[in-house]
Amino acid sequence: MRSRRRITPAWVLIHVELIVVAAIVIFPLVWIVGSSFGSGRGLASATAIPADPTLDNYVRLLTDTDFGRWYLNSLFVAVANMTLSVLLSAAAAYVFARLRFVGRRSGLVAMLVMQIFPTFMTAIAIYILYLNIGLLDSLVGLVIANVAAAIPYNIWLLKGYIDGISPSLDEAALIDGASRWQVFTRILLPLMGPMLTFVAVTQFAVPWMDFILPKLLISSPQNYTVAIGLFDMIADQTRNDFTTFAAGAILVAVPITLLYMLLQRFLVSGLSQGGDKE
Amino acid sequence: MSVDAPRDPGRRPWVPGVLSAVLPGLGQLVNRQIVKAALLASAFAAAVLVELLTGHYAVLAGYTPRTHGGFFVRGVWGLVTLGTEPRRMSIDGLSAGDHSIVLLINGVIVAFVIAGLVILWIWGIRDAARVARARSAGATAKSPGLSSDSSFAGIVLAPVVVLLLAVTALPVVFGVLIAFTDYNRTNLPPTNLVSWIGFDNFARLLGAGAWGQTFFGVLGWTVLWAVLATATTYGFGFIQAAILQSRHIRHPKIWRSIFILPWAVPAMISALVFRSLFNGQFGPISQFLVDVGITQERVMWLTDPNNPWLARAVALAVALWLGFPYFMALISGALTNISPNLYEAATLDGASAFQSFRAITVPLVWRTTAPLVLLAFVANFNNFGVIYFLTQGGPAAPDYRYAGSTDLLITWLYKLTLDNGLYDIAAVMSIMIFVIVGSVTVWNLRRTKVLQDA
Repeated sequence: MRSRRRITPAWVLIHVELIVVAAIVIFPLVWIVGSSFGSGRGLASATAIPADPTLDNYVRLLTDTDFGRWYLNSLFVAVANMTLSVLLSAAAAYVFARLRFVGRRSGLVAMLVMQIFPTFMTAIAIYILYLNIGLLDSLVGLVIANVAAAIPYNIWLLKGYIDGISPSLDEAALIDGASRWQVFTRILLPLMGPMLTFVAVTQFAVPWMDFILPKLLISSPQNYTVAIGLFDMIADQTRNDFTTFAAGAILVAVPITLLYMLLQRFLVSGLSQGGDKE
Repeated sequence: MSVDAPRDPGRRPWVPGVLSAVLPGLGQLVNRQIVKAALLASAFAAAVLVELLTGHYAVLAGYTPRTHGGFFVRGVWGLVTLGTEPRRMSIDGLSAGDHSIVLLINGVIVAFVIAGLVILWIWGIRDAARVARARSAGATAKSPGLSSDSSFAGIVLAPVVVLLLAVTALPVVFGVLIAFTDYNRTNLPPTNLVSWIGFDNFARLLGAGAWGQTFFGVLGWTVLWAVLATATTYGFGFIQAAILQSRHIRHPKIWRSIFILPWAVPAMISALVFRSLFNGQFGPISQFLVDVGITQERVMWLTDPNNPWLARAVALAVALWLGFPYFMALISGALTNISPNLYEAATLDGASAFQSFRAITVPLVWRTTAPLVLLAFVANFNNFGVIYFLTQGGPAAPDYRYAGSTDLLITWLYKLTLDNGLYDIAAVMSIMIFVIVGSVTVWNLRRTKVLQDA
């Protein structure tokens, strides 16, 4: 198939296209990495290849700002949201897929409707609700809001996946005397691996970079997540601290980027089953 | 749970139903389903008890819902009136009074509980009648309802239901109701009372004035943006996927890994990077164009109020950069699923490469990816990230109310609420977005028949 390797006009054309696109794709990324090692501080002095590479920006980021604190906050929110979302939606999806009970259909339709509402619409009311019950400016409150926003969609996604798994296995186990809970944890959870991976990664990544909810619910700088902290750094034009922002951006983006590159295949097939929600 | 009753053909089956309507649980008691009867009756007894204990029912003289009502009565009163006495500033600090928004939220909670009780009441009536009918028909009375499956479902779903009711359903209802009030920064509780004003906000936003002009202007750009952003990402993703499939390429995997990068990097970071790259004053792109002599002055890509289409074009280009890898990956998958036999047959029939691409590849790929295109349209319609982080809605548009030239409905909504405190208008906007996005989503779901099994 790939034996003919002559340089034809088509070959040249295709490779020019590939190189141009690759350059456009890579340049902004190289530029931000380069800026983070640059010795200047402002945007004007940022270059893709720093003349005089230095780690100063990273040092300044970790000593002069609360970045370390924000990072841990984000990590807490992301991990808690991932764990709770996966557990709650997987169990609920199992119930909706395999059991027949009063209110099943209306429950599914209600969740479908809920995930159409923009997060924004609920966010203001959540703010006032939290104000009254004292959950404002708390990371736990942020986790709760995130989990509630994530659940309806993920229940549908996982229910669809379980529907595709033949029920013969779990029916046999039930006849052998296994409980519903045992069937769920021992038989279905292991079979749901790929889809659970997808839900787990997206439910880690969404709060990791979410802006609207923390902006609304979190007010004190020591409770900031990285998204808020980074945006403040760049939105404040007077601070002239672009290279510090660049260092922060690298530290925030690298783990997610690696995760997405490694799990590419899982994630793309997950997206194509449920559609992009971002 | 149930005690099997002896056959009793003489009993009229509607009696337990009527009894349950009069007093919840009574019908179940007659049907000799003791546990069910006790559960139903105690739910309603608890409701009455809550009302009595939270209200002031010891003294009934001068009873008003505001001063004497308990959880339910005061809740309904608050929902209907939104308060009658604002708190006032005095020398002793704020006087006691009503907080309209707290009353509204409490009212919605009460309405939820009442709705739950009504559903329970109706279910109790139907259950009592059904069991009685089954008994009189001589069936062995299997107790419906409280089976082990239902209990398991109840236990697993309880936390999910509580969470969604409190943090999704309640806020949604609250948000819808706000659209019919005058709650905004000039009328803030607790020193002011919010009141119901019907459809005034809708009339204002959709009317002929500056609000209407802004709304339809922003809506038009949002639709155009969503269509163009979706079409360009899909089209370009398709082209890249087709090229990577071509036999001219030696290491398609390496190329693919490069092209997938924009999808893997968090979009917020990328958008902020582009915001800096396209910064008019200090950004490297403007500088480069000046340095090589293409432009005389720095180009204000994102902030030039005289040239809103420049900022819009940059935003679309950034959306293309961010979005094409997803479709490229998706379409690559669809391409590998097309049987090579189809192409061989086409070649034998004398079709050119371009002809078979148009007649085989395009329709087959389109068929598998069409629903996802619609979802991408919805995602772009509400694409807060690209616009807010890239331009924050700018450049400024003088004719618009609190919106800039690149603002989408969703970013305008954000500014209205967080920056300007216009909660009433923002609530109307949310409803509009919901109606638009909801109709597209439902239409898509009906087409793809996801709902069939629901």
